[in-house]
Amino acid sequence: MSDDALRERVNAKIFPHPLDTWYAVAWDHEVTHRGILARTVAGRPMALYRTEAGRPVALADACWHRLAPLSMGKLVGADEIQCPYHGLRYNPSGRCTRLPAQETLNPSASVPSYPIVERHRYLWVWPGEPARADPAAIPDMHQMDDPAWAGDGLTIEARCNYQLILDNLMDLTHEEFVHGSTLGQDELSQSEFSTRLESDDHVSVTRWMIDVAPPSFWAKNIRDRFPDFSGRVDRWQIIHYYAPSTICIDVGVAPTGTGAPEGDRSQGVNGYVMNTITPETERSSHYFWAFMRNYRLSSQQITTELRNGVKGVFGEDEVMLQAQQQAIDANPDYAFYSLNIDAGGMWVRRILDRMLAAEGALDTPRPAAPPDARALTGEPAPPVLR
Amino acid sequence: MTNTALRDWRTCRVVESRTVTPRARRITLERPVPLGRPAAPGSHVDVRVRLGEGPLAATDIRSYSVVESDPTGTLLTLTVQLAEHSRGGSAHLHSLRVGDTVEATRPLQDFPLLAGADGYVLLAGGIGVTALVGAARALARLETDYRLVYVGRSRASMAYVDLLQAEHGPRLELHVDDEGTALDVEALVHEVAGAPGRRELLMCGPVRLMDAVRRAWQSADLSPVDLRFETFGNSGWYDAEPFEVCLPEQGVEAVVAPDQTMLEALSAAGADVMWDCRKGECGLCLMSVTDLTGRLDHRDVFLSDAQQQGGRQVCVCVARVVANAGAGPARVTLAFA
Repeated sequence: MSDDALRERVNAKIFPHPLDTWYAVAWDHEVTHRGILARTVAGRPMALYRTEAGRPVALADACWHRLAPLSMGKLVGADEIQCPYHGLRYNPSGRCTRLPAQETLNPSASVPSYPIVERHRYLWVWPGEPARADPAAIPDMHQMDDPAWAGDGLTIEARCNYQLILDNLMDLTHEEFVHGSTLGQDELSQSEFSTRLESDDHVSVTRWMIDVAPPSFWAKNIRDRFPDFSGRVDRWQIIHYYAPSTICIDVGVAPTGTGAPEGDRSQGVNGYVMNTITPETERSSHYFWAFMRNYRLSSQQITTELRNGVKGVFGEDEVMLQAQQQAIDANPDYAFYSLNIDAGGMWVRRILDRMLAAEGALDTPRPAAPPDARALTGEPAPPVLR
Repeated sequence: MTNTALRDWRTCRVVESRTVTPRARRITLERPVPLGRPAAPGSHVDVRVRLGEGPLAATDIRSYSVVESDPTGTLLTLTVQLAEHSRGGSAHLHSLRVGDTVEATRPLQDFPLLAGADGYVLLAGGIGVTALVGAARALARLETDYRLVYVGRSRASMAYVDLLQAEHGPRLELHVDDEGTALDVEALVHEVAGAPGRRELLMCGPVRLMDAVRRAWQSADLSPVDLRFETFGNSGWYDAEPFEVCLPEQGVEAVVAPDQTMLEALSAAGADVMWDCRKGECGLCLMSVTDLTGRLDHRDVFLSDAQQQGGRQVCVCVARVVANAGAGPARVTLAFA
């Protein structure tokens, strides 16, 4: 394929989403046996619930019969869901267990059941080909439920393409302008940063700001741990992207000159900004975030203050992202221009492009048909007679 | 599975056509556009077949399971067995050679592999194996507990035995009638009932085999939810023979030829009856039997065993009548159910 075609795809304004991958669909506490949650992931409406035993279930949110939303129905028995319209019932595999007014079960009666796994305080679904779902591929967000970390988060229903949020998180120079009162400082766009492809599904962006005044958010945090602190700090932001759409940002400050850049963070405070973004439609996303810290773990006051503080900060992003999406849609004739600050986001786009290619979602030239389709399964083909 | 709304008929090119058994040919179609993913296990395509020769020949639609596809869903491999009473559907496909074209849909899904059971038994009878090759492969990849039980009249008539042996090794069990290893259906169902956890049995094969399994399943008190099957509504307990049908309410009488369904004969004679799936599943074409000379061969999966035994109703899209020896021509009189 040509370089021009690749360039055009990775700079797409409305970025397509892979399907053969895990996306966070809900916080663990949002899905219960008391009711049914309706949520759309990657364009697929899902009805989510738990069985009496607590196992999560994700079914396509449309009855096999006349496509009424199962999420408007109710849970019956230990593990079944009943359509609100004509009472068809389905088990967690999506197999219909009851049809009205007939003695047999139609052999085709079923709805798709999506693989779903509970991990790191989230439920993860696989909207693509179920046979390919491997829970080992769920991104590492262990700080969410690791006893060495404490914190909490919320969900933003962002009115924009998911990739715009990934762009936002992979380049934090925007903090100076969008979050001027809390996180911003001139040094953000003046300091050097390095972008690395760590592996085929992991990109990092590292930025250190040495000997700077702490912005208000960080001044509060370091005083939470060291009440007598005053003075200047070394501030770090180490962004880790895990495909397709999880970004964990190692952030913190330590008194300048105490060795944090060399690895001794003991005099500072460390947080992890946990973000996992789930495409809902082409122009909307479920943005799950949390702020985790590794100090004063038992303080609910700090947990609440940090959650509220970050909520305010991310609210500023939400306004910007929605306005950006509207401007994109209002200017169909104009393309993006990518700057050097976009290196992280551009690696994300290239990795996503490879994922899309791997699942055959790109309109690429097809390989020529093999002379004998047995080659497709590795079965030896007989000699070709012509 | 929730039905695919987009059928996406396309002119497809034949890129492979070869004999796999004396009566079955393996045919690979190339769709002009990739699907973007491989055909899912259990999916089929509908193919527009020609009935007879020449440009004015009538056409009809037949369903064939996708045995395998490439990763982009561009190459779809079917395996077509020459039907005994073919009016040209399977004969048409058998006549196709590399480079010929045929109209076909994208893969459609009525027989999905549903995750979540503790174990699976796949039961294939004859050419019905084509509906299960993909499911067996998916279960193997998922490292699930499964068995593939493959039943046939003779080894020569059974497609893909070597391929399945290579892919499934000891998980493949062959039962070949003329080798004296016919399947004991009762024993198979008994084993399923005795195994721990929830076991699903998926089957595709002749109606006699599937009926036997359904009865054994019911007597073993196993849940009908876990017995899943694919039927294209084209085989019965008796060979197809001509019979008469009449619908007095609409003043219609017709002879149903062996290669024709009762629904087709009624419609051709001017009857206006309701129908939908045309494979004996949905029950929309159900009509009452008010008089009968001969025996009913129900061939549907809508009515329960007891309802079929009762003989008061039939699904006219698949049901047939056969004559009792020495009792004159077979004939059924119908009324709206």
